[in-house]
Amino acid sequence: MNRYWVQRIGFALLGLVALIVVLPILLVVGTIVVRGVGAIDWEFLTGMPRDGMKAGGIFPAIVGTLVLTLGTALAAIPVGVGGAIYLSEYARDTWLTRAIRLAIINLAGIPSVVYGLFGLGLFVLFLQLGTSILAGSLTLAIMTLPIIISAAEEALRAVPTEFRTVSASLGGTRWQGIRHIVLPQALPGIITGVILGLLRAAGETAPILFTVAAFFLPRLPRSPLDQTMALPYHLYVISTQVPHMPVGIQYGTALVLLMLVLSMNVVATVIRGYYRRRREW
Amino acid sequence: MASMLTEMETLTESRPRWTEFIIETLIRVVGFSSVGFLVLVFLFLMREGVPIFFEVQPGNLFGTRWYPTFDLFGTLPLLLGSILVTVLAMVIALPLGVSTAVFVREVAPGWAREILKPMVEVLAGIPSVVLGFFGMTLVAPVVRETLGAPTGLTAFTGALILAYMALPTIISVAEDALDAVPKSYRDAGLAMGATQWQTIWLVVVPAARSGIVTAMMLGMGRAIGETMAVMMVTGNAARLPFSLDSIFRPVRTMTATVAAEMGEVAQGGVHYHALFGIGIMLFLLTFVINLAAASTIFRKRRRGGLR
Repeated sequence: MNRYWVQRIGFALLGLVALIVVLPILLVVGTIVVRGVGAIDWEFLTGMPRDGMKAGGIFPAIVGTLVLTLGTALAAIPVGVGGAIYLSEYARDTWLTRAIRLAIINLAGIPSVVYGLFGLGLFVLFLQLGTSILAGSLTLAIMTLPIIISAAEEALRAVPTEFRTVSASLGGTRWQGIRHIVLPQALPGIITGVILGLLRAAGETAPILFTVAAFFLPRLPRSPLDQTMALPYHLYVISTQVPHMPVGIQYGTALVLLMLVLSMNVVATVIRGYYRRRREW
Repeated sequence: MASMLTEMETLTESRPRWTEFIIETLIRVVGFSSVGFLVLVFLFLMREGVPIFFEVQPGNLFGTRWYPTFDLFGTLPLLLGSILVTVLAMVIALPLGVSTAVFVREVAPGWAREILKPMVEVLAGIPSVVLGFFGMTLVAPVVRETLGAPTGLTAFTGALILAYMALPTIISVAEDALDAVPKSYRDAGLAMGATQWQTIWLVVVPAARSGIVTAMMLGMGRAIGETMAVMMVTGNAARLPFSLDSIFRPVRTMTATVAAEMGEVAQGGVHYHALFGIGIMLFLLTFVINLAAASTIFRKRRRGGLR
């Protein structure tokens, strides 16, 4: 009977470990919500920062993050989805395909601050875009690319081969089969992957440090070549660079950023769940 | 399905072949772009970083003192700082991550799984500045008081935050590895009279070990490259972490150095090149780690799914 007691104790310990993993997550989210919610009002969300960021709102940072995320989406989606279509529908198992997969794994592993250096070297200096929304979005787009490609490829591969065979048997070309049959079926999976990639981009600080982020710029960006404030960088600035910062504003900013990212997370999960249940195959 | 096929029929013959040729060519070009981007990243790091190897003596560059204002560019304390924090983080994260994966995959009742998996996804989604902010305002004071140290911004605090940041990667990859172990292995273990507990640790986990190693590697890659959280909670003192208590002293990592100093340097100067030099080191480090992780992934594929 002894070893069954070992098992019982062992399982209890595993449950305890899972609790140790989960509790801090609840603690982080809970603390930020409780301490941040008091700071949030209409002026905080839609006002310009005042008094050296110690008062007023964070509107330009919110807009900046949304604009950067949009720019990232515009650049990363066509390339990411195209790359996934290539890998899932066209590529054969050659050394070249293996090289592409290896490159994707390595791109996913490059530290975010190294992407920042790269963006500074290529977009800001070499292509002379300056510290701009364009440079920042392109840097973030390359960083998000591996996430989007992997997720979209998985979604495309999940579409049964028969769909392609039937399309071809009806005289459709390969591209017609992809465009009208495979892509629509894989779309929910692709959208989920895209959102998960974009939420990474929205929360990142290091890649935008040297490519776009403005320390303090109390106005909205006027063109893609303009600098902008951004939520993650703003949180970094007000929690480390500005002395005597009111704690409420810090937690409020953290809460807005957290909610933005978590709501994207929820949307992705809901889309995935909804279509998984509704799938016809 | 039927409606889609009618749409197909009307489209056949209607589109000229050459537009299709252009689209397919574009897809091929885009397909190869990942390789191009990887090469571009490396080239531009080299372009801005290689000059440092000619501007500064190797003895200085790999020396023990990083004081850029006095032209001392010793990267050793930064490298060791990164390694210290990463190894500590793995010591914390690996047992937690593998146990959680085992719990989720082998033991947990359905409801517990339904709570755990979304929670881990939430953790994966929390931006690193937010975790860094939480670390410096709430974890660091606790560390300071329990240690009685002058500051709570230490290598240990950084490792703690990093461990949690690496957990989602470790858990999900380890879970996939456990998932790939055939059910027949478990059945055989149980049929031999082993308890489920014994089967898990003596049969299933060993069978999944290469996947678990991959999980650790990818987690390590994440930890060594993490920037903002680490910069905010480790205290950023560039000193050699050789003594035993250096775990509970401030350290400075490579990533934090680049992020903190790049804003203040003159473009094209020695310090600027040095920071890109650190970027090259980081790129190569993570490249090797990911290559190692990838090689286990590819080996698994060739063997046909198992191990």
